[in-house]
Amino acid sequence: MLNNQGRPTQPGEAQAYTPRTFTSNRALQMEEALIFEIGRPDTSGVDIEDAGEFKPRLGGMERNGEIGLPGLSEPEAMRHYVRLSQKNYSIDAGLYPLGSCTMKHNPRLNEKMARLPGFADVHPMQPQSTVQGAIAVIESVAHWLMELTGTRAVAMSPKAGAHGEACGMMAIKAAIKAKGEAATRRVVLVPDSAHGTNPATAALIGFTVKAIPVGPSGQVRVEDVRPLLGPDIAAIMLTNPNTCGLFEPQIVEIAKAVHEAGAYFYCDGANFNAIVGKARPGDLGVDAMHINLHKTFSTPHGGGGPGAGPVVLSDRLAPFAPVPFVRRDGDALRLVEDEEGTQAFGRMTAFHGQMGMFVRALSYMLSHGSDGLRQASEDAVLSANYIRACLSDLMSLPFGNRPCMHEVLFDDEWLKGTGVTTLDFAKAMIDEGYHPMTMYFPLVVHGAMLIEPTESESKASLDLFIATLRDLAFSAKRGDTARFSGAPYLAPRRRLDETRAARNPVLRWTKPEAVLKAAE
Amino acid sequence: MRYLPLTDEDRSLMLLRMAADKVDDLFVDIPAAKLLTKNVDLPRAKSELEVERILSRMAGRNVVASSVPFFVGAGAYKHHVPASVDHLIQRSEFLTSYTPYQPEIAQGTLQYLFEFQTQVAALTGMDVANASMYDGSTGCGEAVLMAHRVTKRRKAVLSGGLHPHYADVVRTLSEMSEDAVVTLPPDVAASEDLLASIDSSVSCVVVQNPDVFGNLRDLTPIAEKCHSNGALLIAVFTEAVSLGLVTPPGAMGADIVVGEGQSIGNPLTFGGPYVGLFATRQKYVRQMPGRLCGETVDAEGRRGFVLTLSTREQHIRRDKATSNICTNAGLCSLAFTIHMTLLGEAGLKKLARLNHANACKLADALADVKGVEVLNKSFFNEFTICVPGDAAALVETMAQKGVLAGVPVSRLLPGDAGVRSLLIVANTEVNTDEDRAAFVSALRASI
Repeated sequence: MLNNQGRPTQPGEAQAYTPRTFTSNRALQMEEALIFEIGRPDTSGVDIEDAGEFKPRLGGMERNGEIGLPGLSEPEAMRHYVRLSQKNYSIDAGLYPLGSCTMKHNPRLNEKMARLPGFADVHPMQPQSTVQGAIAVIESVAHWLMELTGTRAVAMSPKAGAHGEACGMMAIKAAIKAKGEAATRRVVLVPDSAHGTNPATAALIGFTVKAIPVGPSGQVRVEDVRPLLGPDIAAIMLTNPNTCGLFEPQIVEIAKAVHEAGAYFYCDGANFNAIVGKARPGDLGVDAMHINLHKTFSTPHGGGGPGAGPVVLSDRLAPFAPVPFVRRDGDALRLVEDEEGTQAFGRMTAFHGQMGMFVRALSYMLSHGSDGLRQASEDAVLSANYIRACLSDLMSLPFGNRPCMHEVLFDDEWLKGTGVTTLDFAKAMIDEGYHPMTMYFPLVVHGAMLIEPTESESKASLDLFIATLRDLAFSAKRGDTARFSGAPYLAPRRRLDETRAARNPVLRWTKPEAVLKAAE
Repeated sequence: MRYLPLTDEDRSLMLLRMAADKVDDLFVDIPAAKLLTKNVDLPRAKSELEVERILSRMAGRNVVASSVPFFVGAGAYKHHVPASVDHLIQRSEFLTSYTPYQPEIAQGTLQYLFEFQTQVAALTGMDVANASMYDGSTGCGEAVLMAHRVTKRRKAVLSGGLHPHYADVVRTLSEMSEDAVVTLPPDVAASEDLLASIDSSVSCVVVQNPDVFGNLRDLTPIAEKCHSNGALLIAVFTEAVSLGLVTPPGAMGADIVVGEGQSIGNPLTFGGPYVGLFATRQKYVRQMPGRLCGETVDAEGRRGFVLTLSTREQHIRRDKATSNICTNAGLCSLAFTIHMTLLGEAGLKKLARLNHANACKLADALADVKGVEVLNKSFFNEFTICVPGDAAALVETMAQKGVLAGVPVSRLLPGDAGVRSLLIVANTEVNTDEDRAAFVSALRASI
């Protein structure tokens, strides 16, 4: 047993000294080389039994030569990835107010449930009689989504939000085709404030995109939509609540006008977290809306996925939903995989969708219940408005100091003349231990700062966040530009040269000898 | 509710701060008639214990792959994943972060993506790889769109050995974007004449290797014919482990390689989430879909990584983007790269050899069963057998005897009467001699 009695440490006299360490490490913050620099091709962290002698049947297609894959033993690998992990910000470590991304708490029960062998260790092509519980999960999630959105159909297979958008727009295209209007209805209306995925999706499906101006209140007005509607319009893609953090108050009138013009209403459901249990998109006239299970229903964002993007569909679009879909045959559940005899527009992906995300989302839904889901939305909206109320005297709100939904949008008007940009402000937040808000989006607002606290923050956490932003704001206004222009100072890396990365892309590691040779 | 930190007192204080009486004052923009006044008709909140009970019961109604002799493949494969992989991907800093938009506090994610991209490029024999697609099938659809952009042509030719789901994904996407697709008939024996379909109107040819029936194909002549006609060769794989033993597509002239990466690091999970691998030649990099991670330096000259070439992407280029993809398969690519790092070159080659050896043993054992024919001349860890009668019915019968025998081709190609008696059988390192013996005896008893 270690006994340090007799030589206790004392803080001593604090000295203003920044050591330059030999390793470049800073105590718990370790530098870490690439696996290609520390691994060896003959090292393995996995023991595999020897196949012994046998006659290969590769038809002469045997791989020759070195592949170029380094290996690490298990302890080395653990250290490598743990050190890498320590260079990441995460929800578990702090408030992550990335607007439009809904970085809420990820309950660990959901992880445990997704790892039950009955879900994790089941093959998508097993006989359906052996996976009735898995199909039941898909059916249950579908049921919850339909009830919460007031719709009667949902396509479950899309793999993320943008994939769900594609699915919804494909259903719309199929419906238009079935009506014999495929040649004429080729334009999709998208507001300037939309996520980039909306116009990208419309273009992917072969539509032409036409912009809708956003009204002075940050919302789309029916009088701006009406003149654009005509026999050439296939659909409108509207985000609601929108990317300015506001609910579209004329959504019902817009839906009505769109339908009267023979077009369809696609709703981007990225911000559904604000209104779960408060309003149902189906009641508002929506024909299709994807739901990001990784946002609203808290499946982990995982450093950029995987997500899941089921699409709820109106009765008009339901027949065109892609395969596979679940049908009930008496007591048994059946995944319909064959398009024959259906009006399905096709298939979005191999297999049945993001089962791992379905289990997590179902675990989240069951945990919250209808009451908890509603409370979560109310808390998310309340928290965003609290931030708005506490910062509106210092930071400028492009659309006035009025209630927002689950995220609050500031612009950079208040930074005018300070020499500090939205980017600088965001980077200074990093030094304060916060992940910055979404910046420069939506595009309709200059120097946008979109803050989404989610329902996962305590009041104390919100208060500290607000106090920090106030301190930063005062600092900017006081002319303390150094705090911003060089930030971050304290992160694992200082500001990175993105221009250089794009101008001369280095997208993979190359052996130093090869680099030298190429330079000769 | 255990996940909501705000108390009623907090809520009152917060409302007071914004001079609101009640929370519904914040929902004023929702038309009053549409604002729900009571809870949606769904169950109320449940404790952790109650949720565990419900979900465990549902999980219990599935036959777990590890619990039976298991030979199901055809696009997703049962492999052993080291315990450390799942432990590491559950670290908070990986699990609960998002796309690395702020690189100074996301070097962990960015560095593993850079390592992932390098591993995928090496594995496929290509110059560059992206930071992942949703899965192999959607990557395949994106590859076809990319080939159309590169060649400025709009006609794809799909081999009859391509996984039918992949072909369906490509056809669906092409139908929507009004591009042409020629799909060759199912090619069980790898004997189709793809060369005859290639002319100067073709944008790309999509060939899978090992193909969905398990055959190995030499892509070199196809690549040559493609290139002399100004078309691109898209090579697809669904079993990443095969690349430890089989000639990589890059060495056979492929221009774009897409594959399913589930086999390395990721569980079966009933079909998703998986991870799409996507690689190409350096000269096409600006036409690639998806995120790319690149090396750079920070203000102090230290090496660091950022997302780059984002002018291809939807958040910048909007309707002119190379793809609409945003969220991809981050955590699954982490599982892939950790498992690949643990394997290393020696481990991957050994694993691939063991898979092939096991499949050879099973093929020999099945060839001895009367009435059963192994159709493949070559294969990696999967092959197709012809059985007497209906393969789907046989699989059901064998499932009742506790053996999951494989994927009946009729499930992938419904409505094709010619494939009724065909069964795709996969055999990986997890299968033991006892498993194979159980397969043979269940098969004998079922035909």
